Amino acid sequence: MNATAIEIPGSRAATNRAMPIGRVLNAYFTEAKYETVRMLRTPAFGIPFLSLPVALYLLFAVLLFGSALRADHKSAVFTFTAFDVFGVMGPGLFGFGAVVAMEREQGLLALKRALPMPPAAYLTAKLIMAMMFGVIVTATMIAAALTLGHLPLSAAQCTSLTVVNILGTLPFCALGLFIGTRTSGKAAPAIANIIYLAMIYLSGIMFPMPKSMAAMAVIWPAHHLDQLAFRVLGNPSEGAAWVHVAVLAGVTLLFTALSIRRLARVG
Amino acid sequence: MNSDCVAGLAGVSKKFGKTVALDGLDLEVRRGELFAVLGPNGAGKSTAISIMLGLRSPDQGSVQMFGESPRRVEARRQVGVMMQEVALAPELRVREQIDLAASYYPDPLTVDAVLEITHTTPLRDRPYGKLSAGQKRQAQFAVAVCGRPKLLFLDEPTVGLDIQAREMMWGVLRRLVEQGASIVLTTHYLEEAEALADRVAVLARGRLIACGTVSEIRGHIVQKHISCSTTLPVHEVESWPGVESVTCSQLKMHIRANNAEDVVRRLLAADEALEGLEVRRAGLSEAFAELTQETPQ
Repeated sequence: MNATAIEIPGSRAATNRAMPIGRVLNAYFTEAKYETVRMLRTPAFGIPFLSLPVALYLLFAVLLFGSALRADHKSAVFTFTAFDVFGVMGPGLFGFGAVVAMEREQGLLALKRALPMPPAAYLTAKLIMAMMFGVIVTATMIAAALTLGHLPLSAAQCTSLTVVNILGTLPFCALGLFIGTRTSGKAAPAIANIIYLAMIYLSGIMFPMPKSMAAMAVIWPAHHLDQLAFRVLGNPSEGAAWVHVAVLAGVTLLFTALSIRRLARVG
Repeated sequence: MNSDCVAGLAGVSKKFGKTVALDGLDLEVRRGELFAVLGPNGAGKSTAISIMLGLRSPDQGSVQMFGESPRRVEARRQVGVMMQEVALAPELRVREQIDLAASYYPDPLTVDAVLEITHTTPLRDRPYGKLSAGQKRQAQFAVAVCGRPKLLFLDEPTVGLDIQAREMMWGVLRRLVEQGASIVLTTHYLEEAEALADRVAVLARGRLIACGTVSEIRGHIVQKHISCSTTLPVHEVESWPGVESVTCSQLKMHIRANNAEDVVRRLLAADEALEGLEVRRAGLSEAFAELTQETPQ
């Protein structure tokens, strides 16, 4: 055993408090790296969220209704944005909801709060993980649309859609975080699932809602993200773009604030 | 507070609903000491530690770590923590767990140095979720020391460890203290506190009922233990002055006495064939049992 290896020399310990900005950024980077590694090593998380949107898109937009959608551009875009938004929602809702609840319950969050982890690193890491999953989903969806889906997308549209999707993960992360800070590890996946499924069907992203229910669709952030994606791909959205952006930003801020307050008080 | 105090609680009270977890608790951790916090289940040890770490706020009283709030990340950069009930990310390998925790500190040890010091090199590439309970504790210990902490909190660190791993951990703790680190240790193993601690605090029902060196705590009780092989009847010895209790096992008589010297003299006089005489001071466990039993409800 090396007796000097464990030294805690006074001179070095005295400088312990100061943390160069480079090391602070490294802490954020390392946290995000390992959060993404963890999720990629969890097939039950990674495989459904990365493959399901594109698999379902190919099933509906290519195998089942491919010929009909080729003749109807608007419906083709509608189908594409439906599965695109579906793919963006999952990592945020579950990556925050189920995982935060579990980590709270298992004491990992408490340990990280007791260690000198930079205060925002925990949430930033999960956010970056959700955004990276969003980028992968967007890339696979675009690749599927351009090749098998015969949906013409310009480079500008692809870029804009990627940006919309990256920022579009935010409200779902905030909703997930809210679930994760309020529920137990066992309840969180069930609650996240209920909200996930309700939002898929009631936000009107998968099929046009009857008029009696269409008004209700606007309460779901998925509806607003879908409308923005629809607009980016050259179709008129229902309502002004700024309204959709404002709703998504509002949902993000509200649920983030409620969750951070809860985390600070209860952990 | 003492100028050597690196962390402490002053008059801290905490309630959970109607349950009083801490009741005006004062604790002081000094530079370069191993400070053991002992107490029966529900004594308030975990609550006290979580308030010291800034994980909970006290209802009353104050808490400081290196002269400031433990909620300040600058204070915590000098702290390492090993919690009792924690599950690290099961998907990450041990070296990755250390790499992640080390990234929080300004001047951490290298991953390989931490693995070597904590004798966890064989676990380097093993996913945390695949480790045995004892190996998980060793990995958590590695995470706790990776940042060269000046203050280390260890909550029941050796639960689940085999004797060899426990001895190794004790060795590392002794060296850390020799080099100036302060360690706060909660443990159910009184021999662990007896072997390692410079000072011991005994908590019961949220209050500090004794605090001092191990010998000071042992000094709280004057009893000594006498054992011998004798043919004297138990009821006769029980009736002697200074004798608290008498039990027999495996042909030996065990006597708890307040005035051991007088009892020994009388034993030798009464039984010339007496042999195997042993007199022992009360250990920390006896002192602990007596202290915690004496605490009023």
